[in-house]
Amino acid sequence: MRRFFTKENKALVSELVRTDFKLRYQGSVLGYAWSLLRPLLLFVILYIVFVKFLKIGNGIPHFPVYLLLGIVMWNFFLELTVQGLGSVVGRGDLIRKIRIPRWIIVLSTSFSALINFGLNLIVIAIFMIISRVDLSWSILWLPLIFLEVYLFALGISLFLSAAFVKFRDIGYIWEVVLQAGFYMTPILYPLSRITNVTLQKLIMLNPMAQTIQGARYAAISHETLTASRVFGGGWYQLIPFIIVAITLAFGLWYFRRESKYFAENI
Amino acid sequence: MNDDVAIKVEHVSKTFRLPHEKQNSIKGSLIGLVKGGKRTYEKQQVLKEVSFEIKKGEFFGIVGRNGSGKSTLLKMLAGIYSPSQGNITVNGKLTPFIELGVGFNPELTGRENVFLNGALLGFNRKEMLAMYDDIVEFAELSKFMDQKLKNYSSGMQVRLAFSIAIRARSEILLIDEVLAVGDTSFQKKCYEVFTSLRKAGRTIVFVTHDMSAVERFCDRAMVMHESKSMGVYTPSEASAIYDQINASKNSPELTSENRRWGNGLVNVDNIEVHSSGEKLRDDLAAKTGQELAIKIKTSSKIKTKIVIGLAFIDIYGINIAGPNSKGKSLYSNTIVTYKIDKLSLLPGKYKITVAVFDEEVTNEYDHLENALVLNVKADSHNVQGKVNFFGDWT
Repeated sequence: MRRFFTKENKALVSELVRTDFKLRYQGSVLGYAWSLLRPLLLFVILYIVFVKFLKIGNGIPHFPVYLLLGIVMWNFFLELTVQGLGSVVGRGDLIRKIRIPRWIIVLSTSFSALINFGLNLIVIAIFMIISRVDLSWSILWLPLIFLEVYLFALGISLFLSAAFVKFRDIGYIWEVVLQAGFYMTPILYPLSRITNVTLQKLIMLNPMAQTIQGARYAAISHETLTASRVFGGGWYQLIPFIIVAITLAFGLWYFRRESKYFAENI
Repeated sequence: MNDDVAIKVEHVSKTFRLPHEKQNSIKGSLIGLVKGGKRTYEKQQVLKEVSFEIKKGEFFGIVGRNGSGKSTLLKMLAGIYSPSQGNITVNGKLTPFIELGVGFNPELTGRENVFLNGALLGFNRKEMLAMYDDIVEFAELSKFMDQKLKNYSSGMQVRLAFSIAIRARSEILLIDEVLAVGDTSFQKKCYEVFTSLRKAGRTIVFVTHDMSAVERFCDRAMVMHESKSMGVYTPSEASAIYDQINASKNSPELTSENRRWGNGLVNVDNIEVHSSGEKLRDDLAAKTGQELAIKIKTSSKIKTKIVIGLAFIDIYGINIAGPNSKGKSLYSNTIVTYKIDKLSLLPGKYKITVAVFDEEVTNEYDHLENALVLNVKADSHNVQGKVNFFGDWT
């Protein structure tokens, strides 16, 4: 690990993240405020559509916050993977002309997404206070759950960014996969709405479903269906974690193998 | 490896696999799979069996035409490409970049770019802050640091980049054509930096087309030609070899553009070149300092006064000399000789254009563009430039 986190690498990551952030809101009047305004406005829309019009979350305590947490976690996953996918090709000028560890590019992109996620979490915390969510000790699980999402998304990003150098179709395919994933994950609808038990189990194999439900359980309501409840405590509940581990390992392996040829292939 | 060797390159080859039709899509490669399993690649070998050693503290030049493989070689030294075959051993810390201003972002201010660029060289914020003022001062840009880089001129960008790049703490510097931009006074500054880096005992690898820079700075230079190393030479030898490569490479173009026009009233029938009394054929070359005579035969159905003009054009298209016969009474049917006692052209290839005009030099009777190619060989290597004045030092 010491080989990876040298002084030089740290300086480079911090400078790349800084640049990313500066460029993101360039030319906009409100600038960084958008990082907070975006989830806020999103919350207003969700609240009006799902709570006032559709009344989907009736019976679920603090449904608006519950909904927002799911969306924010999904957006984190989406932002990290989509920006990770384009990161290597997007930084082609660097890769072709300078010797820097290639993984730094993906890592710095992931940190930008992470910072944005952190800002979104502040908004969620504010809404949790406003909706008077009863906090319990289980909230301490949150960092671990977010770490799992981060590692999952990072593994996917490593693979996608390396594959995107060779196959530009990956960008479109990933867009479709994300769309499908969004509806296959209980984000907009409560998992309890799905009455077919087998289907429930299948849905919960997805690490994103498992983490979102887990986070809701830990932070908002203990009535949330978590993976261990859906699987009834069987060993199947480990499958999402295994998927995350395999994804990360495969992503690292593939990225390492391909990164030697990035400079020639971009 | 010996302690006094900075870089050792052993039998390095590099082959790029270029897909015939770049298949950047999965569909393309699926079709490829169905059609017999293999994509069709064109293998392009950009480096063949290159071997050399650079000693510590040496100013080492790599020269060659475009596409000779020198930039690929530099990228491999920098660790950006990995060799297909062979080994590169580097003894000491190397600059990781080969071009100035890599990673510069036009949307950021000059100041922000300094920190970003510094990070690419491995400096953190604290270290960059410590040297920030020096960098700005050297680049002479203190008034512009809070402007976005996109508003800089290219010369300003290069100055800024160069000022940062020379801060790199590496023992071995790789430099690719830096001096192409920047005004004379900044170039002078660059040269001063080169000299001081050299004095400080740093190893510098310098890739360029500019032979005068090579002769001025380099201890030794390697000539690259068609993916191969032609060997490592002293700067003046390297310069002569490079000129020769350029000349021979250009000769096919000479013949392809020898157009002829004119109103046809007078024709050039024959042109012969004699050197020291001997007629030059294709494989014979004139020598600097020797006698040269160009014999031109013209014919016409009418009898009128004519003027014959010659143009000696070098490989870069520059007219070196353009003598004409104005003032001599020449008539349209004639054999005339233009005699040079001591040829002052230095080694290289020269195109000779022959033209026949009327007395007033307003109408052209016949114009043979690039009628022939004069191949000049050296009698000694000691003179630089385009011509030898055969002057005396007294």
